[in-house]
Amino acid sequence: MTDIQKTRRDMIARQFIEAIPHAQELGMRLTTVEDGKAVIAMDYDTRLVGDPETGVIHGGAVSALMDTCAGAAVMSHPEAAVATATLDLRIDYMRPATPGDQITATAECYHVTRSVAFVRATAVDADADRPVATATGAFTIERAKS
Amino acid sequence: MKRPEPVQVVKQRRDATLDKLVSRVPYIQFLGINFDRRGDELTAILPYADKLIGNPALPAIHGGVTAAFLEVTAIIELSWSMIWQDMEAGKLADDADMTLKLPKTIDFTVDYLRSGLPRDAYARARINRSGRRYASVHVEAWQDNRSRLFAQGTGHFLMPQRDG
Repeated sequence: MTDIQKTRRDMIARQFIEAIPHAQELGMRLTTVEDGKAVIAMDYDTRLVGDPETGVIHGGAVSALMDTCAGAAVMSHPEAAVATATLDLRIDYMRPATPGDQITATAECYHVTRSVAFVRATAVDADADRPVATATGAFTIERAKS
Repeated sequence: MKRPEPVQVVKQRRDATLDKLVSRVPYIQFLGINFDRRGDELTAILPYADKLIGNPALPAIHGGVTAAFLEVTAIIELSWSMIWQDMEAGKLADDADMTLKLPKTIDFTVDYLRSGLPRDAYARARINRSGRRYASVHVEAWQDNRSRLFAQGTGHFLMPQRDG
């Protein structure tokens, strides 16, 4: 990949997240993006609590993080798509995220066809050895009209 | 024979219980989700807001918001069905449901059928199986037309252990 391609891809991936109002609302930050891989961090926020007794973040907020991260991974794939949309997403919740911890999602776009991208993602809190959740999904690939 | 309770008393109790269930979860308030009740049937409503947008070019609701909306609908439906009998029997103390434990999501799968338009969205959940420990729930979501779903989801949940 040339430097120009790389710059273009990084730019697309960053704009992708900066342009998403809901990702901004949740305070998501894209920390890494490269060849079909993306890492996005999200701080603990009391507005996102799903269990008022324990202060654990709602699974839905983790879903939003995973979905965004998976989408960013698709956009950063070398066979760059101009746009993507989620076809399906399955999330497995392994354990509650520790209240107060930042949640970090890592997504990898591991296979791409002409029109579909397959992605898997993992979310961790401060204890990175024990995943909070994992996800697999299929995404559309919208290509530039040639 | 005992006279049936006045309808307003019954309605007031059901609405108050539902309100307690929903209002104590910050994330439900953050998304702005509220519930419409007809008897025991619940319809979740997600009023449109700009902060819910995931694709500003279309524009379309964020896929994560859609997933969260379906998951919230499933959890509230499960909790609601769990307390329904006690509530109807008047066994639910005024503050009992404040300590009610919510079901925990084991897994959740969402099918995105159409892009979510910048409009209000609605969802209803159907409990397909509810055992002592595990439950399986299906949720359908639509916007303008009930028959044109924009998303559907299925999830498995771990039921809280109830004492007594």
